[in-house]
Amino acid sequence: MVNAKRTKRKRIELFDIINVLFLCMLAFISIFPFYYVLIISVAKFEDVSKQLIYLFPTSIDLSAYKVVLSGDNILSAFMVSLFVTAAGAAFNMLLTIMAAYGLSKKGMPGRNALLTFVVFTMFFNAGLIPYYLTVKGIGLINSIFVMIIPLGINTFYLIIMKNFFTALPHSLEESAKIDGANDIYILYKIIIPTSAPIIATITLFYSVDRWNEWWHAMLFITDKEKFPLQMVLREILFDFSQTLGNSMGASIRASRINIYPRSIQMAIVVVTAVPILLVYPFLQKHFTKGIMLGSIKE
Amino acid sequence: MANTAADMTKTEIARQTGHPLLKRILYYKYFYLLLIPAIIYYIIFAYYPMYGSILAFKDFNYAKGILHSPWAGMKYFDKIFNDTMFLKSFANTLIISLGRIAFEFPVPILLAVLINEVARTRLKRFLQTVYTFPHFLSWIVVSGIISNILSDAGILNQVITVLGGQKVNLLTDPKIFRGLLYLTDNWKEAGWGTIIYLAAIAGISPDLYEAAEIDGAKRFQLMRHITWPAIRSVTGILLILTIGSIMNGGFDQILNMYNPIVYNVSDIIDTYIYRRTFVTGMDFSSSTAIGLFKSVINVILLYTSNFIVRKINNEGIF
Repeated sequence: MVNAKRTKRKRIELFDIINVLFLCMLAFISIFPFYYVLIISVAKFEDVSKQLIYLFPTSIDLSAYKVVLSGDNILSAFMVSLFVTAAGAAFNMLLTIMAAYGLSKKGMPGRNALLTFVVFTMFFNAGLIPYYLTVKGIGLINSIFVMIIPLGINTFYLIIMKNFFTALPHSLEESAKIDGANDIYILYKIIIPTSAPIIATITLFYSVDRWNEWWHAMLFITDKEKFPLQMVLREILFDFSQTLGNSMGASIRASRINIYPRSIQMAIVVVTAVPILLVYPFLQKHFTKGIMLGSIKE
Repeated sequence: MANTAADMTKTEIARQTGHPLLKRILYYKYFYLLLIPAIIYYIIFAYYPMYGSILAFKDFNYAKGILHSPWAGMKYFDKIFNDTMFLKSFANTLIISLGRIAFEFPVPILLAVLINEVARTRLKRFLQTVYTFPHFLSWIVVSGIISNILSDAGILNQVITVLGGQKVNLLTDPKIFRGLLYLTDNWKEAGWGTIIYLAAIAGISPDLYEAAEIDGAKRFQLMRHITWPAIRSVTGILLILTIGSIMNGGFDQILNMYNPIVYNVSDIIDTYIYRRTFVTGMDFSSSTAIGLFKSVINVILLYTSNFIVRKINNEGIF
């Protein structure tokens, strides 16, 4: 993505200075909110109210994290999210790889019709109610699998992967075919191992999507013990913004748990965001490739 | 997606020439087999719900289900077009989507062009890393991050207090809320949006820039006459997709950021459908009618914008 070949200009113009300053300022705006979340999550209430502008942490108090991590609901929500991410991404990859390979052969009769069948779903959406009734009809209400099964394929990722498989050299399959191997065996033994980069990319994309899943939980999960981390965070954020309206609510909360409520909220924000931060270096290594491959036109 | 002989490899042609259709199908039998799970998935979760949209023309009866509920004609369409709340959400959706096209769509393009002007490769990479990260967070997390800054005790109000001003709550100010939507969406997504433009820019031959520089072209002339033409077709394609989703308006963001005080300026069709179905009442038929209306307009817009962009740019998405 970085155009290294481009010749460096000899003179540094005023424009370069302004440009770099401007972009660094934007980088600061991108980073600062995270820094502020972090320092608030470890702050004591007195310290935040004492200082006129709380910009540098004067105390590191981990009690918010202790409250968050000792609470049963957060821990179980974390496990739900972990399960949905692992099982969901595995299910996603199984369906997507099979379908992408199935659609990758240009000579296959009926392939264009099948492609249209798939792509049409990107453009025309049935709407919330029929979808809701369908999922309900299958009996997925209040099942943890509602965050996995109805989200089986992301059509955009499927097309990216199909384009990748189509672009693979044909000679890969030929020799195995001569040896009498069938196409499913070839997919498993030859295609998947040679497609590691795209498989890594799409797996990461799916994992992030499943980790961030909240909408299906909000619609279909009624039992709060089955909530993923995102939904627990949502409830705690929204509950707080409701109690924010009356100062009494906030003070009740503060007295009951002897901790700054905002610290707790931000601690959950951190717990929810850290797994993404951990996989981000891998994501970043791959996502340009993913986007580029996806934009290859047939 | 032309299925011409030129697209096929020699072996494929060799195997197929003269073969009747049945033999070709048998040759690809495992590929059809591999597609079965996906076809079942799409039928259940995409096509069956599409068929379920006929509910918009029926009186929904829970016991009878979608298929056996009695027909109601256009009753629910009459109903929604007399529903002022729906009309309000429709207007909000259009205003917010147009606002996004004006204040969000150009941002990644400008950002990509500016990043490209940075001479140091490492700085470039650092900037992209930083700008792109928020894309991978959910709107719930981002909403928490935003409220931390903007809330009553947040840093914004601390700064305002120090400067001697009155505390503000931007999240509950109807005059500011839409602007806040554009701003925060830019914060989250603009960096991610630059990737595709930067990729297009990376494909430009450095010789072009060199030759133009020798001819005495200035920095802005290079941007305008070399960089911009290279990203114009990508811009066109993304514009089609954006226009094709005008009726969406950004559900994830708004549902996680709005509150009753700003419903009047931020309630879009999707949030309205959600609330009227799952929060306030259970009028399935009219909600389905609204959803169907929305999807049909989206598809019409998609095809129209594709047609227009293809006329201008000679390249559309289909």
